[in-house]
Amino acid sequence: MKKVLVILLLAVVGFYLADVFIGIGFGNDHFVKSDEIKPVKDIYLQQTVENLKVSNAVTSIVVNFRGFDTLGEVTVLFLSVTALGSILYRKRHHAGDRSVLFSASSIVTAGSKLLFPPILLLGAYVFIHGHLSPGGGFQGGVIIATGFLLMLLAYENYTVSHNALSIVESFAGITFAVIGLMGFMNGGTFLQNFLPVGTLNDLFSGGIIPIIYIAVGFKVAAELTGVIYTVLNEKGDQKNG
Amino acid sequence: MIAAAIYAVVQKDLLYAVIATGIISLILSIVFYILQAPDVALTEAAIGVALTTIVFIITIRNTVRMEDESDKNKNIKSAAK
Repeated sequence: MKKVLVILLLAVVGFYLADVFIGIGFGNDHFVKSDEIKPVKDIYLQQTVENLKVSNAVTSIVVNFRGFDTLGEVTVLFLSVTALGSILYRKRHHAGDRSVLFSASSIVTAGSKLLFPPILLLGAYVFIHGHLSPGGGFQGGVIIATGFLLMLLAYENYTVSHNALSIVESFAGITFAVIGLMGFMNGGTFLQNFLPVGTLNDLFSGGIIPIIYIAVGFKVAAELTGVIYTVLNEKGDQKNG
Repeated sequence: MIAAAIYAVVQKDLLYAVIATGIISLILSIVFYILQAPDVALTEAAIGVALTTIVFIITIRNTVRMEDESDKNKNIKSAAK
């Protein structure tokens, strides 16, 4: 009886999902079938180029039009990292405390040392140019976190200061919220643009978007580095396979 | 991609299963790129391929590598429902 109900429910949900998506060809974007309703994407695309002078439409939607959602996402990431830390935190770790099966060879350590600065540079490039090219705060932050991961894997004595991570993360979060609140001071709404937008395809353009993305990039990088560091320092039972 | 997904579910050695999920993410990011969504492709490549895979591998190192037989039967039953 229970299984029949589950199958029935899945069939109903599947039918309506398929009904919505069956009319759209693979890779097409025609969600609105009739011409009478003007979809919101046209307004977004128009506003992006004309008013904000941002060439990456995804960035302008994520940070400007839907900036409040992004603040919520950043908060969700922060909460999950805090939960992970509170579950796995036992005592303060020391350098060389980590359990390693075998230490890395000199080729790996030298290569990591060589690759670490370019990875950081790539991450910084991705989030600074978030409003011009594909990418943004989240992507750049994750790239920086993988750079730190490389160093943590190659050097068993490599440590990251938890205090520095929390300071960077808190400062970036406060920057995001303060920029949002400054929209109120200029007589607008939360996260409204108040800086001059500049010219299209310029590095210093788009008003508050680059500043917010740099803040998000630092925040995500600090959080994910903290996650990797916490998980990596967690010693399991000594019955490894 | 579908073959990798089935392999990840069926495989008993969790390390191979994690690598298979990484391959799924890699192909998915290529699909995103073909569908003209480079932002999402970049996110998927960074998070799905690199970060998630390595966090899972660290977790496997700290726990057990082989999937438990009784646990697996339970999973198959719940999947077949």
